[in-house]
Amino acid sequence: MTKTIFDKIWDRHVVKSIPDGPDVLYIDRHFIHEVTSPQAFGGLRQRNAEVFHPEKTIATADHNVPTIDQHLTIHEELSRVQVEKLKTNCLENDIELYGLNHPYNGIVHVIGPELGITQPGMTIVCGDSHTSTHGAFGSIAFGIGTSEVEMVLASQCLMQPKPKSMRINVEGVLQEGVTSKDIILYIISQISTGGATGYFVEYAGSAIRNLSMEARMTICNMSIEMGARGGLIAPDETTFEYIRGREYAPAGSEWQKKVEFWRALPSDPGAEFDKELHFDAAGIEPMITYGTNPGMGTGISGMIPSLEEIDNASRNSFLKSLEYMDFYPGEKMIGKKVDYVFMGSCTNGRIEDLRSFSSFVKGKKKAEDVIEWIVPGSKQVEKQAEEEGIKQALEAAGFEMRQPGCSACLAMNEDKIPEGKYAVSTSNRNFEGRQGPGARTMLASPLTAAATAITGRVTDPRTFL
Amino acid sequence: MPIEKFITLTSTCVPLPIENVDTDQIVPARFLKATTREGFGENLFRDWRYDKSGKPRQDFVLNNGRHTGQILLTGKNFGSGSSREHAAWAIKDFGFKVVVSSFFADIFRNNSLNNGLLTVQVSEEFLARLFESVEADPSTRVKVDLENQEISVLPDGPREKFDINSYKKNCLLNGYDDIDYLMSMRDEIMEWEKKME
Repeated sequence: MTKTIFDKIWDRHVVKSIPDGPDVLYIDRHFIHEVTSPQAFGGLRQRNAEVFHPEKTIATADHNVPTIDQHLTIHEELSRVQVEKLKTNCLENDIELYGLNHPYNGIVHVIGPELGITQPGMTIVCGDSHTSTHGAFGSIAFGIGTSEVEMVLASQCLMQPKPKSMRINVEGVLQEGVTSKDIILYIISQISTGGATGYFVEYAGSAIRNLSMEARMTICNMSIEMGARGGLIAPDETTFEYIRGREYAPAGSEWQKKVEFWRALPSDPGAEFDKELHFDAAGIEPMITYGTNPGMGTGISGMIPSLEEIDNASRNSFLKSLEYMDFYPGEKMIGKKVDYVFMGSCTNGRIEDLRSFSSFVKGKKKAEDVIEWIVPGSKQVEKQAEEEGIKQALEAAGFEMRQPGCSACLAMNEDKIPEGKYAVSTSNRNFEGRQGPGARTMLASPLTAAATAITGRVTDPRTFL
Repeated sequence: MPIEKFITLTSTCVPLPIENVDTDQIVPARFLKATTREGFGENLFRDWRYDKSGKPRQDFVLNNGRHTGQILLTGKNFGSGSSREHAAWAIKDFGFKVVVSSFFADIFRNNSLNNGLLTVQVSEEFLARLFESVEADPSTRVKVDLENQEISVLPDGPREKFDINSYKKNCLLNGYDDIDYLMSMRDEIMEWEKKME
C-alpha cells in the first residue's frame, strides 16, 4: 500500500489506537516556554506525578523577554515571574533550559532547528501553534494546549485523532523579489484562514524543492494560519546538508544510518491525499495583508476587495476588519503610510531573513519617520549577524538590531505598536491588537518590510531591483 | 483528576455573530502572564469588552444586559490562531459551558474539550436560525443534549444532531481525564519504547 510521509511518521509513533477514538501518539521531542507551561507543571504537582522523560523536553524563554538590556533583571513583574517559574520548573524536573542570556537562547522554533534537535521523521510538539515550523524538516510537528503539555510531560504521549491529509503543490519559478513568505501568504489568501482546518498539509512541487531550509521553515510556520494541524516538506539533500554538523545532529556511523532512514520518508509515488491543491509560483507577487486575519491578503500591486467581492454572510466581519484598520474596500495598498516596521519572529527571524533585509537596505537610508525593530530569532542568529557584518550594515543604514525574542510579534514584552499606528511586520498574525492594543498590522516578507522601511510607505520591493 | 461532567444543558444564549474570532480576541497575549488557570474570565474578549480606560463598552454583547446565558453562539472558524489554552479557560471561567459555531479551529476545540467546555458544531443554516431566534427573543432557551448529540431550540423550534468523537463524548459524560488515562498507560508506553529501540 502506498503511504504519504505523514502516514509513515504517524503510524510508527502510534503506541495504541483507541477503537472509535484517538491514537495514543508517542512524542519524540517536546519544546516548552515560559507562557504555556507553568499550569502544566502545576497540574503534575497536583497529581504528585514526575516528568516521565525529562531528557525529551527542551525549554527556552522567548515569549515575554525584553529585547534590550537582557543582562538586567526583567523589568515587568509578571513576565519576570513567568521566566523564573520556568527556571524553577526545569531545575526541579531536570529539564534542559536555554534561558535568557544562554548562548543557545532564542525563539523556540528558531533554536530547535539551529541546534539540530529538529530532525526528519520525528514527532515534535510545543505549547505554541507555530510548532508547525519544524515540519520543514519532514517531521510531524504541531502546536498543543497546556493540558496537552501536561500529557506529554506525564507520559511522552498525546491523544490525537489522525487528521486528514492535504498536498499543496507549488510549481514553477518565483519572480525576483518574491520570497517563501509571499508563497505562504498567497496560499492563505486563496484558501482562507480556515481553509486547511482538520488537515495536515504536505507542501510539494518544484518551487518548494528549490527553497532553502530557512525559507521552507517560513512556509511550514504559517500552516496554522490556514487552520492546518501542521505542515511538512519531505526531507532531501538540502535538509541533510542543513542538519549535518549541528550540535545535536547525529554524527559518525549514526549519521549514515539516519540519512538512510530519512531518505525512505518521502510520500510514495501514487500516495493518495484527501485533498490536493495546485498553485503556480510564477504568478505570485510580493504579498501584503490589509485586514485582521492572515487570509486577508493581496498581491502588493493589488487592491483591497470591493464589498461586492465578499460573500453576503461575511460582509459584516469584513467591514469590521477594515474599520479596525481604517481602510476602505477597493483601496490600493501601495503607498499607504507606515509608522513601524517589525523584522523578526519565528516566521522571519533567521539569518537568511536578516541577510535579505540588510542587503536590501545597504547603501540606502531608513525613512526618518519610521520606527523599526529588528529582532534576531536567537542568540546564535544575533552572533552570526555580528560576525557577518549584518549588524554594522544595518546601523549604517540607520537601523538598530535588538536582542532575541518573540518581541512585537505578539507584544507580550514592552515591544508594542501603539494604538492606531500602522506596522509592516514580517511576523505571522495581523489579528486585532496582536502587536499591541489598537495596533494595525500588515504582514509581508523581509524584502517588502525593507523596502517599506526605506520609503515609509507600503512599497513593492521589485521597484528597487 | 476528574474533569467536570457534561450531560445536558438548557440555557439562554449569548450571540456573537462574528467570523474568524481568533484566540488573541478571546484573550489577548498581554493577559497570559498568570501561572495558574484561574481568573481568565475577567479578560475574556478584553479589547472588545472594555475601552482603553477599562470602561465596559455598552455596545458589546457581554455588557449590554440584553443577553445572558451559558451558551456562546459564534460565527464560523471560532478559536483560530494561537494554541493558548487560556482562551478555553477564559470562556469557561466567565461561565459558559457550551460554544456553538459552524466551524471550530482544531487546537481550540481540543483545548475546550480537555477542560469540559463543549464545542458544538452545527450547519451554517442552523447557526443562522439560532442567531435569528436568540436575537429576536433573548429569553429563547436552547437545549444541548450530549448523550443524544442533539441541540434544539425549546420548546419546539429547530433541532439538529451534532458530531463528537465517541471517545471524547464518553470522557465528558463521565468526567474522565486524558492525563489520568495516559499515566495509567506508562508501563505499556515503556514496553512500546523498548520494542521501538
